[in-house]
Amino acid sequence: MEQIPILQLGPFLLVTIQVELHDELAMTLQDDLTTRLAKTGARGVLIDISALEIVDSFIGRALAQIAGISRVMDATTVLTGMRPAVAITLVELGVTLAGIKTALNVDKGMQLLRESLDEPGEAPSPA
Amino acid sequence: MNTQGLTAILKNQESSILGSWVDSQLTLSGRRTLDANEVQEQSRSFLSGLSMAVKHGYDDALSGPHWDDVRALLSNLSKNRAIAGFSSSETATFVFSLKQPLFAALRKAYEEDPKALTESMWGVSTMLDKLGLVTIEAYQLGREQVIDRQQQELLDLSTPVIKLWEGIVAVPLIGTLDSERTQVVMESLLEAIVEHEAVVAIIDITGVPTVDTLVAQHLLKTVAAARLMGAECIISGIRPQIAQTIVHLGVELGDVTTKSNLADALRVALKKSNLAIVKLRVATAESA
Repeated sequence: MEQIPILQLGPFLLVTIQVELHDELAMTLQDDLTTRLAKTGARGVLIDISALEIVDSFIGRALAQIAGISRVMDATTVLTGMRPAVAITLVELGVTLAGIKTALNVDKGMQLLRESLDEPGEAPSPA
Repeated sequence: MNTQGLTAILKNQESSILGSWVDSQLTLSGRRTLDANEVQEQSRSFLSGLSMAVKHGYDDALSGPHWDDVRALLSNLSKNRAIAGFSSSETATFVFSLKQPLFAALRKAYEEDPKALTESMWGVSTMLDKLGLVTIEAYQLGREQVIDRQQQELLDLSTPVIKLWEGIVAVPLIGTLDSERTQVVMESLLEAIVEHEAVVAIIDITGVPTVDTLVAQHLLKTVAAARLMGAECIISGIRPQIAQTIVHLGVELGDVTTKSNLADALRVALKKSNLAIVKLRVATAESA
């Protein structure tokens, strides 16, 4: 079965989505990521979607849910590399992904995760 | 319809009809001075096309390959005149001024037969009216193309994205924001964010005359899209009236940073990028 690899990088988990994300795959990713988070106790998750060209409201919601789950499990989620067209589509769909940190590329995303690790007292936003 | 008479007239008196037609065009041209040679050339090719088409007969709809040629010729001419800035009546004069020389020739040919004269006059008149309509349609099409092009140019001109600093881009918005323009602004801003690896994007609305709920919504959409890409947005250039309107309308700008001018916004953007502009200490000025 198709699966999206989840790589461990120090205290963080790195997920790069290199294939078209369909509904079932998104659900599998959610399951896998939650399991890995529980097992490794990672403090941050970086999801790179620079290869993702098509999103719909379901995928948008799935991404928001992944971030929500990670937050509950005490890990910061950073979404990186979103394409302009994808960003416009998500906004038009009304998915603003509030509460998820975003960065332009993996490099900046990792920087953001490291910064978030330095300030452990940061309270999650109520949204 | 009997076309033999007209065919003969067009064939035998082509040069005299052409001469008086060109003359009347030049006198009727009004404020615009036409190039006599060009008019001569255009009229000649149109008249030869017309006589060819008339020779093969015509019906009410002016159908047939020869008429298509005439129509194409006329459309082309009208479109070019439209693009050159001629008015619609100036363009239509080309066809309608042909009436007089043609009628004069017909009158001479059918001097003894009033019935045939009326009939052929009517035929010629309806034919030229139809061609006149073709002219106007083509003219309008040409104008629309001009307008479309200008609109596109305006759209391109009005949404430049400027790189202010490493990782800082700005869009100065000028004019009313509608859905179409917002889309263009959003797209070009997001493309610029990728291109310049921008962390902060400043949207300056100094040039936006009014902000209503719709414009505010468009702005918020742009901000949200930029945020999804990992860039933070600052809205600057909010004038006192606009600030009042936004509050009176109950628009919730959320946690978007707003500043009254671009300089303040740049200061915030620099601070976010851990940069600062410092004043150089000039030794000579102090010693003086």
